[in-house]
Amino acid sequence: MHSTAYLLLADGRFPSGGHAHSSGLEAAVAAGRVTDLAGLESFLHGRLSYAAPVTAAFTAATHLTASRLGRAPSHTHSDNKVPFLTLDAELEARTVSPALRLASRRQGRALLRAGRLTWPSELYAYLPKHPDGPHQPLALGVTTAAAGLSTEESAHIAAYGVLTGPASAAVRLLGLDPYQVQNLLARLAGACDEIAASAAAVAHKSPEELPAHAAPLADISAEIHATWEVRLFAS
Amino acid sequence: MLADHDESVPHTHPEPGVDPHPPLPQLDRAVRIGIGGPVGSGKTALVAALCRALADELRLAVVTNDIYTTEDADFLKRAGVLDPARIRAVETGCCPHTAIRDDISANLDAVEELEEAFGPLDLVLVESGGDNLTATFSKGLVDQQIFVVDVSGGDKVPRKGGPGVTTADLLVINKTDLAPLVGADLGVMDRDARARRGDLPTIFQSIAEDPHASQVAAWVRHVVAHSRGHEHAGAH
Amino acid sequence: MRALARIVAEADGRGGTRLARLRGEPPLQLRHTPDGSGAATVHLIGSAAGPLGGDDLRIEIEVGAGAVLCVRTVAASIALPGRDGSRSRVSVTAAVAGGGELRWLPEQLVAAAGCHHLALSTVELAEGARLLWREELICGRHGEQPGDAVISTSVNYGGAPLLRQSLTVGPATPGWDGPAVLGGSRATGSLLHVDPAAAPGGPEVLGPTAVRLPLSGPATLVSATADDAHRLRGFLER
Ligand SMILES: Nc1nc2c(ncn2[C@@H]2O[C@H](COP(=O)(O)OP(=O)(O)OP(=O)(O)O)[C@@H](O)[C@H]2O)c(=O)[nH]1
Ligand SMILES: [Mg+2]
Repeated sequence: MHSTAYLLLADGRFPSGGHAHSSGLEAAVAAGRVTDLAGLESFLHGRLSYAAPVTAAFTAATHLTASRLGRAPSHTHSDNKVPFLTLDAELEARTVSPALRLASRRQGRALLRAGRLTWPSELYAYLPKHPDGPHQPLALGVTTAAAGLSTEESAHIAAYGVLTGPASAAVRLLGLDPYQVQNLLARLAGACDEIAASAAAVAHKSPEELPAHAAPLADISAEIHATWEVRLFAS
Repeated sequence: MLADHDESVPHTHPEPGVDPHPPLPQLDRAVRIGIGGPVGSGKTALVAALCRALADELRLAVVTNDIYTTEDADFLKRAGVLDPARIRAVETGCCPHTAIRDDISANLDAVEELEEAFGPLDLVLVESGGDNLTATFSKGLVDQQIFVVDVSGGDKVPRKGGPGVTTADLLVINKTDLAPLVGADLGVMDRDARARRGDLPTIFQSIAEDPHASQVAAWVRHVVAHSRGHEHAGAH
Repeated sequence: MRALARIVAEADGRGGTRLARLRGEPPLQLRHTPDGSGAATVHLIGSAAGPLGGDDLRIEIEVGAGAVLCVRTVAASIALPGRDGSRSRVSVTAAVAGGGELRWLPEQLVAAAGCHHLALSTVELAEGARLLWREELICGRHGEQPGDAVISTSVNYGGAPLLRQSLTVGPATPGWDGPAVLGGSRATGSLLHVDPAAAPGGPEVLGPTAVRLPLSGPATLVSATADDAHRLRGFLER
């Protein structure tokens, strides 16, 4: 059975800055690529196939690394940091758009702030220091470990977040019927579960071997979005 | 001050320098003051006025949740009030109230970034995006909050109440110069504000006529002085 | 069909590049096409149609210090389904020494209907090495839906990860041509430029579906989608 901590973290009301990120949806709406529920469905399928496996796998791998440390704090502090640095560098190499790197780090920083105050733990200190914050999947991996969740749960929260961010942005930007959007999310639930399960299953692998799916328009439109003078969403 | 010249305008009450709240705990960082209120009530104009009035005496920075354009930046720049680098815009994902109340992370990050880049600072003003009468700032984000309404929405606004009008540390009723044009009875607004707010201060002002928002600036000076642990000269 | 091609380029000590090794086997034939510059240019002459399902083609490249090697293909390759539905695979492994340069500038890969193709590239750049690496993928021949293709590229620089990118298209991947991925474009590709001496610039929008991105490392990546191969090349020309 899932814990209440799991529900807290998965809840869109958890104050980790997610509400201000559309994960490319605002740009897709502006470019006329998403105008209705069918367009959102296609967009979300793409996010699930491309973004979710990477995000969920890095979250799960970080979770696994952190929870092993939590159980056996044997090495020195700086030795313990090495696997997190590797995960950070590998994720950085998968995030070719500077705007998306920044969006990931900003969301990571917001999550870290919320996580630290919600589930205090030594583990957060292992996250690589960066002026813009840790990458979101790394922050989520450590937070889920601090909250005592399982690797599967951490991957699940990551994959679910990939879906719900743009879905709720679509409700706000396009005025879509919220019931129809929930129905769409329910129809995507099976796919989301599968992606989370596969991500958890590769969490033990060397970070180099984790998924690296690229969605060209995600990178391209993130950069175009970053040049807009007026934005409603940060990404 | 308008109130001193025009008998039809109620006096600001209680005296702006007197804060009925217990003094703020002493802070080792800049005081954060939130400026909220409905769309178009004059929040940005108040930010500009406060910068104009205080930039010489206080180290200032601004976070805006407004839909911020280069025109806004140019406006503040032209007004010569603040280096645009000291202004950070925060995107709110179409949820201005969420960003100042329920999930304040982006605003906290912006405040901290400004403190890091330009610190130490005395004062950070956080302008919320225009929202409705129920939007207030989280205490996790700001130390004090100003709620700005204007007379052009009609004189019923204070009577409607809502957390902004009722609980803000300072209520500003702006654009008093327009009252005759829109048929707003300032006396009614004054009476309703008192009824809603008890001892909390309310200021009537027109930035059009007082571009330094002198009374609000005095209140802000007072808040900053309190947070520094020294009592404001006029407070006692 | 299985085949291995190997290219080893070295500085010739006179400012030019000499091919210490140039060995291919059908369908991977290699031809040195001298162009009078300090670089050695090698053309890969594959068969017109291929790779075919079941093919396993490997290309190994080594570029020594001070050498400049440019590898091209004479025509687009067309990934086609094999008889038994098995996968075709082309893997490229390249290593470039400090001060060496590899330009990998093949023609497009067309993912024909029903194909099941994997292109797997691993590039190891020593500190000070330079690289131009172009990949262009066309989704289907004229008027057809593509099969499934994955182009996976992994580049290290000085032992650290620089680029990990795996582009997947085709009916097996939900959303692949939708608004989050290709937005209905038939062509997509990228040009990676690694040059430790180049000034790191900011990101640059080259068109409504093309950007130049500074990576975190001494490199930029142009990424683009387009309606056809010709327009795509317009963004990835070098
Ligand atoms: N007549 C008059 N106009 C004013 C006064 N204060 C502000 N305005 C004008 O009211 C308009 C809106 O002012 P802003 O300061 O942009 O209002 P705001 O609350 O920041 O608006 P949003 O951020 O969009 O919610 C501008 O055209 C101002 O010039 C005033 O005291 N009198
Ligand atoms: Mg404003």
